[in-house]
Amino acid sequence: MDAREIAERLQAKFGGDSVTVTAPAVGDAAVVVKTALLLDVCRFLKSEPELGFDYLRCVSGVDLKDRMESVYHLYSMKVGHGLVVKVVLDRAAPEVASVESVWKSANWFERESYDLLGIRYTGHPNLERVMMPRDWVGHPLRKDYVEAESYHGIPTSRPDPVGGKDA
Amino acid sequence: MLEPKAVPIDGMLRINMGPQHPATHGVISFIVETDGEVMRKATADVGFLHRGVEKMAEITSYPGFMPYTDRVDYLASMFANHGYAMAVEKLLGVEVPKKAEWLRVIADELNRIASHLVATGTMAMDLGAFTPFTHWIRERESINDFMEHICGARLTYNYMRVGGVCADWPVGLSEKILVWLDHFEPIIEEFNRLITGNEIFIRRLANVAVIPAELAIDWALSGPNLRASGVPFDLRRSEPYSIYPELQFDVPVGQGTQGTVGDSYDRFWVRILEMRESCRILRQLLAGIPEGDFKAKVARTLKVPAGEVYSKVESARGEIGYFLVADGSDRPVRVKIRTGSFTAVALIEPISPGLMLADLVAVIGSLDIVAPEIDR
Repeated sequence: MDAREIAERLQAKFGGDSVTVTAPAVGDAAVVVKTALLLDVCRFLKSEPELGFDYLRCVSGVDLKDRMESVYHLYSMKVGHGLVVKVVLDRAAPEVASVESVWKSANWFERESYDLLGIRYTGHPNLERVMMPRDWVGHPLRKDYVEAESYHGIPTSRPDPVGGKDA
Repeated sequence: MLEPKAVPIDGMLRINMGPQHPATHGVISFIVETDGEVMRKATADVGFLHRGVEKMAEITSYPGFMPYTDRVDYLASMFANHGYAMAVEKLLGVEVPKKAEWLRVIADELNRIASHLVATGTMAMDLGAFTPFTHWIRERESINDFMEHICGARLTYNYMRVGGVCADWPVGLSEKILVWLDHFEPIIEEFNRLITGNEIFIRRLANVAVIPAELAIDWALSGPNLRASGVPFDLRRSEPYSIYPELQFDVPVGQGTQGTVGDSYDRFWVRILEMRESCRILRQLLAGIPEGDFKAKVARTLKVPAGEVYSKVESARGEIGYFLVADGSDRPVRVKIRTGSFTAVALIEPISPGLMLADLVAVIGSLDIVAPEIDR
């Protein structure tokens, strides 16, 4: 089933305005789910036999300057088809339900998105940083991130060894 | 980072394994709660090698990011090259010449053998058998030489380009690789006599850290680790790319050869079988490399049309996926790299309770974790 057919199934189940489908000129189509419905939609995507999305291969946070997105790449081992699900988040306070209870692989993927982009996954059992040190300030993959000048007395920049301005 | 000191907690002891430890395969730390020799829990603490590769992608031009992908997984950088090139090509709508596809897959499969040689060799070494490792490193040296002929580098290849590869196939190299394959295939049997059937080795691995298929899928395990659990999922077959649909090869899965399906021994054995399949693929490819261009005509400065794509290749360590978001400019908005080791290391915590402390080394080795691939 392609993204459009799956979106129709979801609309029949959760209401006409619950999901929309992006139709980009190039690249993959995605099903955009209303943020509040994400967890219910994911449970449905996994449990419905014809859909059977049992494999969450990737979760990516994206900062698009005017909004944030959390993107889920799913695959079904049983049926053999894939799907891209995404939610659009408020950039000032990005927050969405964790899907860790549906797919365990979300555990570390969501931790990484939280760490690097500051997206809060509510209901996550252990939403700790995974890449950066626990006491790091800020989320480096946000477009407005400015690195602190030092970390525990270690400078984060150094003079350019070949001269010129500081690297 | 968690408390780096030995702390007794209700009869248990919390100790730190790593980040500087010969058996953790790079700079990873494990916080182990032990009850004598038995682990109650082992939690992976990663990030020591986080270099911000994904952030660098956002300030680098599209072709300029290729050398950075080499550093994602230094033992299998060809796959990281391939996945990234495919992502950009999909958004650009570039058709890769037939010859370039062949050269890419030859390089991939050589790299797969080289990577599995290190994986299986170090696994034996971690369990106390040093000799097999030296044999495998000798064989890997030949592949390093071939890679040097192919792209000038022995480790960080930077071989692929958007639209093809960086150089034409060297004259006479096919024959050299065929001679080496004739030598290498019997060596696999010799290796099996040396270590694969060794009683001590089998007992250290069989029935240790069994990962059932459902658990593996739930945690998004991929590559040889997933297949060892009996799931016949190989991107080269399941979601084929490049010229893999035209090639004859089998997808080995874990059979519980010495114990249970999905145990550490199966993860070792699947890799040995995969090396044989890679040899088979290489023979098919080297029999007739097509004539033509090794690279499509692509502009020097790339402006990639707005769109999103997720491209994935079957790396030696599982699925390496690139989620690429483009906005029409000459730099990506976002590059997310999904790697096999990242999902594998996450699984260590749930499978660790009840294992012996010494088995943790076998588990890490059998999952073939490479630290820079986790941290990126």
